[in-house]
Amino acid sequence: MAKLHVSTTINGEPQEFLCDADQSMLDVLRGPLGLTGSKEGCGSGDCGACSITLDGRLVCSCLMLAAEAEGRQIATIEGMAGEELHPLQTKFLEMAALQCGICTPGVLMAAKSLLERNPDPTEHEVRFWLAGNLCRCTGYDKIVRAVMETAADMRGGAR
Amino acid sequence: MTDIQYLAPRTLDEAVQAFAASSGKGRILAGGTDLLVQMRAGTVTPHTIIDIKKIGEMTAIEETAGGGFRVGAGVSGAILREHPKLKKVWPGVVEAANLIGSTQIQGRATAGGNLCNGSPAGDSVPAMVAAGAIVTIQGPKGRRELPVEAVPKGPGRLNLEPGEIVVSFTLPARPKGSSDAYLRMIPRTEMDIAVVGCGVSLTLEKGVCTAARVGLGAVAPTVLLVEGAAKALIGSKLDEAALDKAANACRAACRPIDDKRGTIAYRTQIAGVLLKRTAAIAAERAGRN
Repeated sequence: MAKLHVSTTINGEPQEFLCDADQSMLDVLRGPLGLTGSKEGCGSGDCGACSITLDGRLVCSCLMLAAEAEGRQIATIEGMAGEELHPLQTKFLEMAALQCGICTPGVLMAAKSLLERNPDPTEHEVRFWLAGNLCRCTGYDKIVRAVMETAADMRGGAR
Repeated sequence: MTDIQYLAPRTLDEAVQAFAASSGKGRILAGGTDLLVQMRAGTVTPHTIIDIKKIGEMTAIEETAGGGFRVGAGVSGAILREHPKLKKVWPGVVEAANLIGSTQIQGRATAGGNLCNGSPAGDSVPAMVAAGAIVTIQGPKGRRELPVEAVPKGPGRLNLEPGEIVVSFTLPARPKGSSDAYLRMIPRTEMDIAVVGCGVSLTLEKGVCTAARVGLGAVAPTVLLVEGAAKALIGSKLDEAALDKAANACRAACRPIDDKRGTIAYRTQIAGVLLKRTAAIAAERAGRN
């Protein structure tokens, strides 16, 4: 079977690639596209290390076929920083909200998606929203506090 | 290199044709949160993957003329939750769909997929059963409808003919004083599979229950419609005696398995407990409608 040709947009840039019908988006991102920021933890949608957004919605790229990207907008961790780091990235560094770092790209993508929908989340809301992002170093407390503080800073900056 | 084919038809007719032509080697891709895991584990090896998310009817939420809703089988839990009216009219259905997995999973997982995966523990199914959802199915011989509880046949098995696709769920219009709720028992707060799931939909008139439906999950080979429990609630003021009777009807309906999530005795006991708690939430909501 011939490979499928897919035209999509990744982090705002038009992108084309070839893939097999059963290949996951994560495999294509990390393989042919060389975007290795999204990590593979479980491959079954439990850990969230591969989190990306598809047309603005948070998904696990391991549970999405690459072929489904046709005509859609994909955002990955590589597109999160502009000229400067995103406020979440800066805060995670300041507050050491990471240990080994494997879960961090997925956590950042998920947290960004939360703050875009809810700029003033409660701790409860942060913890539930991030329930699909597992941190094997058990650094959840620092992660949650960093998200809360970023949200407060971003609300302050908007005034 | 693989010999798998990926198709993303734009019409239901094309999808049905491709699914029928795949002669049992085709799989419907809705949210993919079960299918991709099963493919990766090697438990299913489809020759054709038919992505239904480009089919308008399967991805839309429409209000019906009578004031009900038609929810496409390919609508994700997140889209259900964001619909402005649906969660007011059918809060139990929306909360059930949004108990499935994480934020990431809710962005993809669909009620159609949850039903067709055929798990007795699917969270959206007991809520749909309680809601009295009618499933629209399309296949090579045309279109037909089934009550949602008639679709599952056993774990992983469905009462569908070859080539048939679940297209949508129709949720009926609600009289004043109606609401629904869904609760599940899991050993943790989030991200687990139901040990017992319970959906209750009811209507109250001056404090008296005039209509009720009860769906129970994870306590039998398929999700159950528990008519005995509904009968116990109807005509009552949801007093202790009626709730006890309904809880006992739920326990009597249980034919669960013993597994790592719960024993037969535990699941049976909890089915009654959840009935009472779920009915209380549905009644409280109904009182506000």
